[in-house]
Amino acid sequence: MALQDLCNFKDIFLDSIPTFSLPIGLPLSSSHSVPLPFPMSHGTTTLAFIFQGGVLAAADTRSSCSGLVACPAAQKILPIHSHLVGTTSGTSADCALWKRILARELRLYQLRHGRRLSTGGAAKLLSHMLQPFKGTELCVAATLCERSGPSLYYVCSDGTRLKGTLFSVGSGSPYAYSVLDQGVQWGLTVQEAVSIAREAVFRATYRDAYSGNCVDLYHITSKGWTRRNREDLKEEYYREKERQRQKREEGETLHDISCVHVCVSVHADSIYVWSTVQDVTML
Amino acid sequence: MEYLIGIQGPDFVLVAADNVAASSIIQMKHDYDKMFKLSEKILLLCVGEAGDTVQFAEYIQKNVQLYKMRNGYELSPAAAANFTRKNLADYLRSRTPYHVNLLLAGYDEADGPGLYYMDYLSALAKAPFAAHGYGAFLTLSILDRYYRPEMHRGGERFILNLPSFNVRLIDREGIHDLEKLTLASFL
Repeated sequence: MALQDLCNFKDIFLDSIPTFSLPIGLPLSSSHSVPLPFPMSHGTTTLAFIFQGGVLAAADTRSSCSGLVACPAAQKILPIHSHLVGTTSGTSADCALWKRILARELRLYQLRHGRRLSTGGAAKLLSHMLQPFKGTELCVAATLCERSGPSLYYVCSDGTRLKGTLFSVGSGSPYAYSVLDQGVQWGLTVQEAVSIAREAVFRATYRDAYSGNCVDLYHITSKGWTRRNREDLKEEYYREKERQRQKREEGETLHDISCVHVCVSVHADSIYVWSTVQDVTML
Repeated sequence: MEYLIGIQGPDFVLVAADNVAASSIIQMKHDYDKMFKLSEKILLLCVGEAGDTVQFAEYIQKNVQLYKMRNGYELSPAAAANFTRKNLADYLRSRTPYHVNLLLAGYDEADGPGLYYMDYLSALAKAPFAAHGYGAFLTLSILDRYYRPEMHRGGERFILNLPSFNVRLIDREGIHDLEKLTLASFL
């Protein structure tokens, strides 16, 4: 392994015990007193998807620690180089470390070979580096946009490496998936994609206790990544409340007139159907 | 649950694998290919624990290709199967065993078609038909009942609850992709 070889470091823990004993205070959502319904640790919501305008990555900013919010303003999307961004999920320390190691290895490759390693190559490198550490709770989704086209890989410490167009990782991912699956298509504009990503993270943070606070959005194109300002989801929550209130008011005014009245009047050669909907339908 | 099936005919081997890559309850990919091409006429189908499948299958794949580069000719399916089994057995009693179930299918000029079943305890068996996964419980009995060695192509039907499958056929000419089977094609 690169780091070990460089430092001549002998990991005595790996040799002596078969699995890693997790230190206390990890940002895992599995608190011992309340068992999870299914094995979904990683208290976070991160997502990334590809569309015609490049790749969009979004994540919440809550760093949780077995029921305590350790940091409400964490950074879960770490840029690796100008065209590669990685989302993190799992143990914050592990993720930050491995992203730095990956950044170093990619820079070395670039210096040695004169060109950047592709996303697939970067993802493969990461998954090979993680392979001896199968016990750790690290789970990343690496995203990259290149001149040849955007690509997105999901890499996990259990060895999974998948190429795809839409991924979401973390305890809030089922909620995010449901919003993304219905909204994401290739032809979205940047604005639409941003609003879908924001909506997905918002919905996940609404339902998932271990995701919350703010949302980070990164947009990657062939020119590199750009970061939007961090947005507090509390604002989104209030906007949503406002929208619902307005809808309720509109619904009430309609109700005041009448319930849905359908009158059918038969004329000589045609039937008219009247209803409280604006238009009159002629059958 | 992941599923693999292989059927050997008189001059071909038909293999199919499901397309799902799942992580606990979430389907991460619907079009995941579980077949690894070892050579022009050998396919390795691999299911099991998440990272182990790809790591082990790619290791075998690269070694088989290396053999060809060093010696100028390809490994036969029987040799490739035994090589795979040996590697699996060697890792079995190490600190990092590979938890993978495999089907190796190939066509040899001299021996004809061959299908090899291997499980994570590195048991190897050459069989006329084989399957892995929960679906195996259902399909093996069907195959037991209806399999005939002189079966011709196009005589198989599967009834399973997985959304789509990759199907490939290996014969004298090499590996052919058949159409991807989805639930819709059975209705």
